[in-house]
Amino acid sequence: MSELALRERVLPIGSFGRKSSGWFGVWTLVLTETAIFAYLLFSYFYLDSQANGDWPLGGVPSLKLALPNTFILLLSSAALIWAERSGARRGRRWQLLGGLALSLILGIVFVIVQLREWQGKPFSVRSGTYGSSYFTVTGFHLAHVVVGLLILLALFVWALRGYFDPQRHAPLTIGAIYWHFVDVVWLIVFTALYIVPRFR
Amino acid sequence: MNVSEAGRVPQLVSEGGSAIDEHLNAIWETPKGFLGALSSVDHKRIGIRYIVTAFIFLIAGGIEALLMRLQLAHSDLKLLSPEAYNQLFTMHGFTMIFLYAGPVLSGFSNYLWPLLLGSRDMAFPRLNALSYWIFLLAGLFLYASFPLGLAPNAGWFNYPPLSGKEFNPGPNIDFYLLGLIFLGISTTVGAANFLVSLLRTRAPGMSINRLPILVWGTLTASVGNLLAVPAVSLACVLLFADRQFGTHFFEVEAHGQPLLWQHLFWMFGHPWVYAIVLPALGIVSDALPTFCRRPLVGYTPVALATVATMIVGFGVWLHHMFATGMPMLSLAFFSAASLVITIPSAVSTFAWIATIWTGKPVLTTSFLFLSSFIILFVIGGVSGVMTGAVPFDFQLTDTYFVVAHLHYVLIGINVFPVVGGIYYWFPKMTGRMMSERLGRWNFWTMFLGFNIGFFPMHIVGLMGMPRRIYTYAPGLGWDTINLITTIGSFAFAVGILLFLVNLGVSLRRGKPAGANPWDAPTLEWSVPSPVPAYNFAVIPLVASRHPLWEERLNESPERSSLNAGYLLNQGRETLATTVLDAEPDLILKMPGDSLAPLILALALGLLFVGLIVHSAAVTGAAALGTAVAILVWLWPQRSLGQVAEPHHV
Repeated sequence: MSELALRERVLPIGSFGRKSSGWFGVWTLVLTETAIFAYLLFSYFYLDSQANGDWPLGGVPSLKLALPNTFILLLSSAALIWAERSGARRGRRWQLLGGLALSLILGIVFVIVQLREWQGKPFSVRSGTYGSSYFTVTGFHLAHVVVGLLILLALFVWALRGYFDPQRHAPLTIGAIYWHFVDVVWLIVFTALYIVPRFR
Repeated sequence: MNVSEAGRVPQLVSEGGSAIDEHLNAIWETPKGFLGALSSVDHKRIGIRYIVTAFIFLIAGGIEALLMRLQLAHSDLKLLSPEAYNQLFTMHGFTMIFLYAGPVLSGFSNYLWPLLLGSRDMAFPRLNALSYWIFLLAGLFLYASFPLGLAPNAGWFNYPPLSGKEFNPGPNIDFYLLGLIFLGISTTVGAANFLVSLLRTRAPGMSINRLPILVWGTLTASVGNLLAVPAVSLACVLLFADRQFGTHFFEVEAHGQPLLWQHLFWMFGHPWVYAIVLPALGIVSDALPTFCRRPLVGYTPVALATVATMIVGFGVWLHHMFATGMPMLSLAFFSAASLVITIPSAVSTFAWIATIWTGKPVLTTSFLFLSSFIILFVIGGVSGVMTGAVPFDFQLTDTYFVVAHLHYVLIGINVFPVVGGIYYWFPKMTGRMMSERLGRWNFWTMFLGFNIGFFPMHIVGLMGMPRRIYTYAPGLGWDTINLITTIGSFAFAVGILLFLVNLGVSLRRGKPAGANPWDAPTLEWSVPSPVPAYNFAVIPLVASRHPLWEERLNESPERSSLNAGYLLNQGRETLATTVLDAEPDLILKMPGDSLAPLILALALGLLFVGLIVHSAAVTGAAALGTAVAILVWLWPQRSLGQVAEPHHV
């Protein structure tokens, strides 16, 4: 009848990695969340450009905790990649669980260190526009880390219950995209808040 | 049925039949009763709910407007107190822009999207229900402030410092901020759903050059919303923090910047204007050609103009802030960018005119609304160009000229196409025709009332009458024009009333419509009216832009196949196709009706209630409830093919 005539071929059913609706869905989430952080950093730099001399408050922020913490978060992402690539995709259960657990623990360490970093600040969220901006930007990011940790926890429980095999592990693929996104956002936030002030 | 298999060859049928219909109906139909209504994820029901709810908000916002027009009918009237007037114009703006204009178009697209694309539902049916419930609850949340006498009162764009703690200590502004954040969640998840549905659930053969323009409009609006809504949600979070937690983003004394609010608000606000007009332009581009008995002139330029408008629309926000003391260079840049938007607008306008000119117009009520829209679009567009020019804007900003402009844009480009669209698709939604006779009365009352009411606002604006004043002194020469405006706005309201009467009467006594009463070309007219729960008995195969006009247009030897194709009937299933070529890719297992969306929306609603009453306990409990509801929702299900097969482990 037409060149459109359907070929009789096997089509996969249900959720399969990058063919699942959730995979497309999480990218829309990443898109809109990227916009949130873009507007947040726009606000930060806007207030910076209008500030009168007290920016950043208390001098350029120290890298003592923030730099190692950045590597901790990067390692957490690496552990998750390991869990997916050499764990889930090859059906190696202990690598899947181990990678997820490691990623989760490193994420928790990041949160603890970040809270320590906050405690050490000589200013608060009420201290002028810098204090408000600093805690809001890092607070938004930290909230995303906490949500990411809850996702990792759910993935760990699901992995423990044997929900994933080499073919079906779309939730893991989808959750991992979110976690890597949170990681990339930190690199940008870190650059904006900790590195940029050093170059002027 | 063995859903645990990882794949299968989908059954091909060459003809539908009543046995197939009954089987599919049993799978897809929402159970009757209250619980069924609360748990339905049928995109058609959700779409109609969206439209009905948006119209209820339109009526509320309209009554607010009429009260204001009574107050302004003559100088020095004391019908409303200044505070009541402030609350009314704020709620009127918020209601019309956020609770009517956006959601009503979401309603159209929710109802039509899978029918236009040749699918059985949206990509995320439960998310679709969630976006409706949040829209409803956010609207109710905002309106709860009204009986308390605590409605937002700083205008729909809510500028600090007026909206800051110092000048507005009550909870009025908090209702605005929290309501808008809450509503933003609905807009965002809805936009994500449209986008993924477009990428994944088109019928085989529905390549992007065959998409109806309404799909282009909603697609563009959805991407715009995903990128723009965060700006206003963030602004609301920051202002809420200023008001409740002592931050200083907008507080002048602590060197905060009120202008930051304006930037964030309009970075959202201008793309939002296009989000609430582009799908409406899509309604015109799809429905008008049917009544002109020919395809739209210039499909490709119109589709590209739609996208181009939104892209340029992200670079014009400063034209709302010309009078704030920006550097001349930025004024020049943003003014130029604003004027550039006339180009894609003109492309569409000439395409519509050419479609009417070269067609054989059938003067139905729908046609009257859609064609008169072109006139209003040009008037609203020209006044927009005028205010896009910096010196002109300096003179006219914050006058009634701007009020006239924005009403020509919002009523002309949104309400008229929406009403025309309802006359067009009402038969599809209900199986009955609307009355054409009442329709004529409806159209002429609305059209004349609108122009009598709003055109004089241009003049009183040029005479210097500022907007947002609750009354004015006698002897300024404004009385007569304001009286005419009031009379016109009441006539317009009568027109809306006639429309509602026509809806009610036609719902009961309208002539039966049949599948394709207008002899229209697109896929939604190939299925019965009202549409069965499963939409298409077999997934259609699309070979052109006008599947139902292929014989007479005879553009190519290829023909779409509407009766023969994949029969997906092993549970709720629809076809996923590839992003670019729309080739069969996967069988999607669709979730059934569920209470999860309602429960999640209620938990989120409670969260916002907790914030407005300053209760940490309520907020905390609601946050926990939200997290649990999301976890339960996302728990992998074997029936949806989300869990590994037992034998693999």
